This record gives sequence, structure tokens and C-alpha cells, in this order.
Amino acid sequence: MNAPSPPAAAPHTLPIRPIETPRGVRAWLVEDQSAPLVALRFAFRGGASQDPADKAGLANMMSGLLDEGAGPYDSAAFQERLDEFAVELSFDADRDSLGGGLRTLTRHRAEAFEMLRLALVEPRFDDDAVERIRAQISAGLKHEAKDPDSIVGRAFAEAAFPNHPYGKSVNGSLETVPSLGRADIAALNRRLIARDNLVIGIVGAIDAAAAAAALDRIFGDLPAKAELAAIPTVAPARIGETVISHLDIPQTAIRFGRAGVARKDADFIAAMVVNHIFGGGTFQSRLFKEVREKRGLAYSVSSSLIANEHSALLFGGTSTKNERAGEALQVIREQIASLSTEGPSDEEIEKAKKYITGSYPLRFDSSTKIAAQLVHMQLDELGLDWMQRRNALVNAVSRADVTRVAHRLFGDGALLVAAAGQPRGL
Amino acid sequence: MTVSQTAPAGPVASHDRLANGLEVVVIPDHRTPVVTHMVWYRNGSADDPAGKSGIAHFLEHLMFKGTHKHPAGEFSAVVSDLGGQENAFTSMDYTAYFQRVAKEHLATMMAFEADRMANLALAEDVVGPERDVVIEERRMRTDNRPDAQLGEALTSSLFTHHPYGVPIIGWMHEIEGLGREDALAYYNRFYTPENAILVVAGDVTREEALRLANDTYGRIPARGAQPVRHRPQEPEPRARRLVRLADEKVEQPYLQRIYLAPSLLEDRAASDALDVAAQLLGAPQTGYLYRRLARDRGLAVASGAWYMGTAVDRTQFGVYAVPTESTDLAALERALDETLAEFTANGPTEAELARAKTRLIADHLYSQDSQANLARAYGATLAVGGAIADVQDWQARIEAVTADDVRAALARWLSPQRSATGYLETAAAA
Repeated sequence: MNAPSPPAAAPHTLPIRPIETPRGVRAWLVEDQSAPLVALRFAFRGGASQDPADKAGLANMMSGLLDEGAGPYDSAAFQERLDEFAVELSFDADRDSLGGGLRTLTRHRAEAFEMLRLALVEPRFDDDAVERIRAQISAGLKHEAKDPDSIVGRAFAEAAFPNHPYGKSVNGSLETVPSLGRADIAALNRRLIARDNLVIGIVGAIDAAAAAAALDRIFGDLPAKAELAAIPTVAPARIGETVISHLDIPQTAIRFGRAGVARKDADFIAAMVVNHIFGGGTFQSRLFKEVREKRGLAYSVSSSLIANEHSALLFGGTSTKNERAGEALQVIREQIASLSTEGPSDEEIEKAKKYITGSYPLRFDSSTKIAAQLVHMQLDELGLDWMQRRNALVNAVSRADVTRVAHRLFGDGALLVAAAGQPRGL
Repeated sequence: MTVSQTAPAGPVASHDRLANGLEVVVIPDHRTPVVTHMVWYRNGSADDPAGKSGIAHFLEHLMFKGTHKHPAGEFSAVVSDLGGQENAFTSMDYTAYFQRVAKEHLATMMAFEADRMANLALAEDVVGPERDVVIEERRMRTDNRPDAQLGEALTSSLFTHHPYGVPIIGWMHEIEGLGREDALAYYNRFYTPENAILVVAGDVTREEALRLANDTYGRIPARGAQPVRHRPQEPEPRARRLVRLADEKVEQPYLQRIYLAPSLLEDRAASDALDVAAQLLGAPQTGYLYRRLARDRGLAVASGAWYMGTAVDRTQFGVYAVPTESTDLAALERALDETLAEFTANGPTEAELARAKTRLIADHLYSQDSQANLARAYGATLAVGGAIADVQDWQARIEAVTADDVRAALARWLSPQRSATGYLETAAAA
């Protein structure tokens, strides 16, 4: 059967409207009156990478405390009020930003927005809440301490980024978390939660005037400027080395990587095509076919481009029984060598472009997903017309681009490899 | 306060049946030009023949290996060329396959999916490597993880007779023996139009979806009758059980407990009350378990409760707690027993009940913002023998649950002899 071509239509039928409030808070709005909901997503630039060197896990702990009491409400009262008005409110820290999301029924949006304002402007960081959240985070870290996927993830980051915030876990460690105090948390809060590092996406049953009034009230009282430490740009280290964490388990977890392509690099779109062909997340990738389908070496195998603010990685992973770990890695290396020297076939390139363009609308099929896309487009400074331009840019990638960028990405094929288990043949 | 005054929840689904018995559910949602296309089969791991555990799941993998008309990989290649996403999953009671694509490709998805409902061709050379993939999947999910091993031991100690006690992926020694003939026998028994439910959610009308379904699925000959599930039922439990797993790879202990509980179909009123009870007990910050065990007594760092009402047979209600550093699991279990007894005796206050219902109903509305979630809700409910009304009336039924209903359900179903408790413990290195 011949597959028809994917449509060239814009992925989402509703327009994005930029708004600016009287006090200068900016946001992107998609008004959608079809369901009685409002979804808000926002991010403050500067996440866990702003943790002081000896205080890894601070941004994560702070994000866990923002909904643990604010303004007149202690932790229990704050949470009960969220329940009473059916407000979904959450905060999270990643390497480069501190994010949050809110979902509310339209009829409770005034109460919901006020809870968010309190969490951001008047967090309490009460001692009992700090201790409870510390205990929760510590329990998670203890679980991670013997979890093969967590172990290889940490080992890879530590090896690739020594003496850099990216080498440390966002969640911190059992060494640092006990030492994080209320003063540290409040100080980081003051540095990170501000208006000049803030981006906002708002989606749902709310018009521009109501959205502007709400955002002005929620975010208008925040300090004008964040105080972010400069983070050096860094390339992954120890490429060519293998780091093994010995663990008594039948299957070895493997992570591998080398330098990638930065988000703002002119080659990024071509690199997306290359990664899709190599190990992108469909059943069509070379890694899926060679490692899983043909040889039954693993259930999951994939690669991705990780374009952080200050470093870019080509990163991948798989898990295979200890006896075949060397064989699995060898199969991966062969695909890297083939892509580096010969590049992908014309058919692979065409198919990758079809998938990347055709699947774009699937990122926009719920309010929360749209709000997340609005934030992502602003964080990456892609511009208001990105949704209209993006697929044309993918389609414009030529075979020469792909071949050149495949060689740039895979080069001599050297990898930093981290493995946890009892691997043979590594 | 409840959410009852708000607009009705979600779009309205239609329910039709083709001449060959295949059921068709259409859930229109015109916000984005995308459709979710799913086929559900009324068979899951609990329908694996004795000694062939894992066959439902293994066949789910093999369904991607081609038909007489379309060789292995062609369907997936087409989905990918269309920018679609696809996958499949196996549960204890059902197996489902889905694609998410731009709406104009719905007919193409139906053509391929209908083809593999009737024309699976399994070449011997694809079966072996795929069995190795499943074995690696089991190693990844279970054999590498003490917490998953405890989960298997706990479930199999709760279900002493019913096949819910067997892991969905199967026991390793039986997966290793599964072959092409086992898969084909299972396929021929269960993959029939009478046993399938087509669910289409997204930018499509009922009429259009039915027309396309008739052109594709409608051409598969009827087999005459729906296959019958043979499920030995669990006897009334008499003894509370404790299973313990200690491993040097455990640094953070925890406790979990499951109770043998009625399904939605066995007892709708009890099931609704247990849905509310799970929210009241288990909400991460405001649930009764967290308030007593973490906030008041400082014994736990996290706790929760859950209830799996969407099941064919007697099912599970679960609670768990993660101890603080200075609390041992036996002490935590005693405190958990006390807390559950208190709550069962006193029940929720009216304010607690109202908050729990508001939250439960809002979470439901939020999840209906996603067409894939809607499709799953309808598919799962129908696949276990429920009706469209079970999904659509859910909000009204939850609103009607009283504090007395909650107390009565907990007293009836959460007695200690109905439970199995698992300790995940640390062990010194050998």
C-alpha cells in the first residue's frame, strides 16, 4: 500500500496571541472555549544548574516546597484549599529552568490563580514542611542508589561533566540534601523567581483581557530581575572511556553519548533527522531494527539529542542481558560508523522527514500539552511563527546536510559509555 | 461543595455494533485534526492457558510481525511515514492496539488493523528473536528490580487461585517455552470481530467512522460467537498474609498491602465508594494516611491508596507507605492498621468527603481534556464487560456516595483477612 503524504496544515487550529500586562508580564495565549478549563504553564530560566556547588538538589527541594504552605495557609491548609477548588498545581526543577503548571476549572480560576500567586510571592518554607520534604527526597535518593537506570544516568553525567553543574543530579545526593537549610532555600528562591527570566503559556477558556488581568496579579509582584550565576558552556569529557558500576543483576543498563548539536546551531534540524534515523523513538530506527528486531538483544533501545542551555549531547541507552552487553554495544557502534562514513540512505531521510513533520500536530492535542509547547517555544526563542515555519525547515533539509551533520555528530565514533550490572565484553 | 453544577463532562460517545459483532465506540472531539484509533480485545493475561503464562503479551508483540498481505514492519513503516504514533499494551483483562494520526489517515489505519485482526502470518524466524525481546523486557522490568519482584510475590499471594495472581508478562520459565503454535492458537481463539471493540476518538463523526469501519472491519467474517473466558474464581479469603523480600539492592524499604475487592461490575455501589475511599485515604498530601502517618505521627515520608475497579473479576484495593529513617516496617504496619481502623470506624467528615469528590471529579474532567485518555476510559470499561453508561454516569454516581457508603465499603472489603502485605527490606551484602 502506498502511504498518502501528510498534510501541510498548521498543527493547531487556534492562533497564538502574545499578551503583555500593565506591569509588563508577557505571555502567549491560546484561547479555547471548547472545554471549561484553563491550563497555565510557566518556567523561570535557571534551574538546578544554579545550585551552589556544595548544595546540589537545592532548586529541586525549593520547587517541592512551593506548594507546602504560603501566605496565610500552612502546608495542610494550602493543600486542602487546592482540593476544595480542584486546583492542580505543581512545580518542578530541571537543569536549566524551574517550571510549574496549573490546571483549573474555569469557575474556580480566581481561587486557583490566587493560590499560585501566594506560592510564588509568599512561600513560607515552614520548618516542618522542610523536614518532611527533605525526608521524601532522601527516600527517593535511597531508592535511586541501587536502581540500575539511575546509577548509569548519574555515572554518565559525573563522567561527562566533572566540575560542572550538569555533572550533578538535579535531585542532589544523600551527602548534600541533609545540609540544605531554610536560609539556602529562601536565598535561591529570591535569586530564581523573578520576572525577567519568566516565560508563560496559557491555554483554555479565558480571553486576552481576563488572562492579562490574572497574570498581572499572579506575577506582577515578583522581583523585576533574577540573579543568575553565569554557567560555562561545556563539552562532554572522557569520550572514548567506559565506566562500569558493578551491580548484582542479570541485565546490564547501558548509556552512551558524545557531543551533540546545540539548539541554536544551524545544523540542529538536520541533526534531528539524523537522530531520528539512528535511534529516534519509533519502530523504524536503525537501533530498534538492529538491536531489538533482528537480534532480540533488548526491549528498549533509543537515542536522543539533549540540547541543554550550556551543553549538547547525543545520548542513548539500552538494557541487555549481561552476557550480551558487549555484543549490543558493538551493534550500536557499527551503526554509528556506518552513519558517520556513509550517511543514511535517501529513503531513510525521506521517511524521517515525513515522520518528524507529520507527527508534529500530536504535540498539540490537549490544553496542557499546548501550554507546554508555548513555554518550550519561548524558552528556546523560536518565535511566534515557529509552528508555521518548523515543518518547512525540516523539509528543506537536504541529503548533503544530513550526510555532513551525520559525520559531524558521529565523527570517529568514540563514545563515553556508562554501564551498570555485570556486563561481559565491555 | 461539589462540581455537580458545572457543564457535563466530556463529549458524548456513541456505541454501535457491526453485522459481524464488532462493537464501535466513537468519541467526537474536533479541537485538533487528529484521531486516536484503538482496537481492544477482551482477553488479557488472565486468559493465558495454564502453563502458558505470558502468551497474551507475547502475541501482542507478534502482532507487529506482519500478515499474509503486509509483510513484517510494513504497517509500522506506514504509521511512521504518516507521522503517526503507535503502540499496544496487555493488561490482565484486555489487550489493545492504537495509533494516533492526522484525521485523514483514519481509513488507512483501519485497513491495516482490520487486516491483522484476521490474517496474521507468523514466520518461524521472527518468533525466536521476539521471544528474546520479551525475556529482556522481563529482565528490565522485574528480574533487575527487587521492588517489582516483591510486587509479583504479593499479587500471587493475594490471588491463590484466580489467574490475576500470575504476572502479565508471564513467569520466566514459561516465557522461555512459548512458541509459534501457542501464539497462533491463542490468536485464533480470541482475535475475532465478536471479541473486539473499536474505539475512535478525535476529529471524526459517528457516521464517518462507522462508514470506514464497515468498509474494513465489516468485511471480516463473523465467527458465530464471542469466545468464553475460563476464569477460576478466588475463594473467600480466611488468612491475612505477609510476604517479605530482603535484598542488598534495597536502600529504601517500604510496605504495600493489597485487599481482595469487588469490581465495578460485581458491585457498582461498593466500587464507587471504594473509588472515593481511595481518594480520601490516599491523596498524596491531604489523604488520611498521609495526614496521620506523615504529618501527625512522623512515621512515613509518603503514602497512598488505589483501587482498580475496572476489572472482570474480584480485583484489588491497595495501600502503601514509605517509612521514615527511624521507623521499622512492623511499627509502620501497626500504625497503618490503627489508621485504617480509625478511618473505617469514624468515616470522613462532610467537608473531607466534599473535597475528595471535588478532586476526584476534577481529575476526571482534566483527563478528559485528552482524546487518548477518553478512548482508554471507554475501551477499558467495555473490555471488562461494562457499558457506555458506566463511563458517562460515573460523575453522578461519585457525587451520590455518602460517608456511610464509604464506611460500609471499607468495613466490608478492607478487613485484615482479605489482605496480603509486602515488606521490601534491606539486606546486608552477602
